[in-house]
Amino acid sequence: MAIKQLTVYVQNKKGAMASLTDVLAKNDVNIRALSIAETEDFGLLRIIVDNETAATKILEENSYLIKAIDVVGVKIGDKPGALTGALDVLDKAGIDVEYLYAFMARTEKHAYVVLRVEDNGAAEAALEGAGYHLITNADICKL
Amino acid sequence: MAQNYYQKEIETMSAEEMRKLQSEKLVKQVKHVYENVEYYRNLMDEKGLKPEDIKGIEDLHKLPFLTKADLRDAYPYGLLAKPLEDCVRIQSTSGTTGRRVVAFYTQKDVDLWEDCCARAIVAAGGSNKDVCQVAYGYGLFTGGPGLNGGSHKVGCLTLPMSSGNTERQIQFMTDLSATILCCTPSYAAYIGETLKEQGYKPEDIPLKAGIFGAEPWTEEMRRGIENTLGIKAYDIYGLTETTGPGVAFECSEQTGMHINEDHFYAEIIDPDTGEVLPEGSKGELVFTSLDKEAFPLLRYRTRDICVLSRKKCSCGRTLVKMAKPMGRTDDMLIIRGVNVFPSQIETVLLNEGYEPNYQIIVDRVNNNDTFEVNVEMTAEKFTDKLSDIIAMEKSLANAMKTMLGINPSVHLVAPKSIARSEGKAVRVIDKRKLI
Repeated sequence: MAIKQLTVYVQNKKGAMASLTDVLAKNDVNIRALSIAETEDFGLLRIIVDNETAATKILEENSYLIKAIDVVGVKIGDKPGALTGALDVLDKAGIDVEYLYAFMARTEKHAYVVLRVEDNGAAEAALEGAGYHLITNADICKL
Repeated sequence: MAQNYYQKEIETMSAEEMRKLQSEKLVKQVKHVYENVEYYRNLMDEKGLKPEDIKGIEDLHKLPFLTKADLRDAYPYGLLAKPLEDCVRIQSTSGTTGRRVVAFYTQKDVDLWEDCCARAIVAAGGSNKDVCQVAYGYGLFTGGPGLNGGSHKVGCLTLPMSSGNTERQIQFMTDLSATILCCTPSYAAYIGETLKEQGYKPEDIPLKAGIFGAEPWTEEMRRGIENTLGIKAYDIYGLTETTGPGVAFECSEQTGMHINEDHFYAEIIDPDTGEVLPEGSKGELVFTSLDKEAFPLLRYRTRDICVLSRKKCSCGRTLVKMAKPMGRTDDMLIIRGVNVFPSQIETVLLNEGYEPNYQIIVDRVNNNDTFEVNVEMTAEKFTDKLSDIIAMEKSLANAMKTMLGINPSVHLVAPKSIARSEGKAVRVIDKRKLI
């Protein structure tokens, strides 16, 4: 059920991000969701792309440091309190969220949340048990 | 200016008498070392040398050298020449590849070391009327204990402050009217800046002299410190392997440091061939301990590049003078008064599971050394969690602090981001403009 996320190490330097996205663009990789965590020295770019195999290959060829991991994707309502509802479910199940980011769909009245947790299976079970709909890479590409 | 000496007879001895004294001491010392230090006896035997072959200073060049690598191989007791029951003290400094140098002292060794420091304090104008503030670190580092002992010998009222806690330094300095300050030049500059910020003018500061060493500093820095504190600043030189500070000291002429050559015989050699060079040549400084009992290193290569001079000095001392060291034959850095070898950083990285791809960046900001280490992140260690990466940086910094005794700021950088020139990475960028 999980979503594949790629994390890329980006030096905190002028133009570093543009050259990375340029490499992806030139190889026809489309970024569907993105989040960045940064320090003074570097940033961790977390992306969900339409073709992670191709993206991994290109980035590795270009000497980028990358890490592919599974994260949990869940569909929530596009309204106040929707995110709180989902987080409450995880909280009650004793699941810590390391980080998260969200994005909205163009057409539906929904938002999507990407969650990084230690135990994906437990988080997915908790969310599904509470009636949430989980999403996959394929779903994200169709949005 | 009237000159005072702590041990006038030695400090103003004629060159012939000094050489005679050194020769007598050397003959005895070589015998002592040969009989008691198996490590050095083996080195002499390899050369087919017996103690009787050394009849005076003219034969010194025949003896084998000792290097930092020997100290590492012989750690901890291999170069000890006295039974431990005769030893009363150790001092220590960081060595290459993580092993520290441990030097042993008998009571006589401590006494002669403190005499050397006393000569330096008197040469800086000190007497029993002075209040001497020792703001070098106390402990394993030789700075504090050495000057503390010298100050006692001179009879100064000694303020054993150790380094740091600048507010307290200033409080004692002003409340107790300290007249002589002993510390690293960068700390002296820092104390000076702090006093200035607090509104003190040079004439309000009771100090008249400073004895500063343990790290490289320039003439500009000297003038800066002298102007801010309203003092005369004297250089002092030493190394733990030989004894600590006081191996050489500056006099009122401020044109080089007099070597206490009745205890430490100095040679300048060609670092590549090992050949002894004539007076005035630039080369590697080598010391032979003539009197030390417990840790008497013969022909120890300091790796410091400098020049010796026997030009007559206006202070009346006849002790040979060494110029401020002009560089090193190895890649050792002195950061905040601490010896740092790039190989130590490499050892930490390998221990912690990193590739030895790193770069040390040293700079001096407001007269204080900054110390950064960039380390290339590895694919195995890379993670999507920021908190994990920050924890990795902290843990590397802690491991380096344990190894070196000083705290670097560690940055994990992208692989292959450390500049390589001609395929070889530049390991050290020292931006401090010192010479």
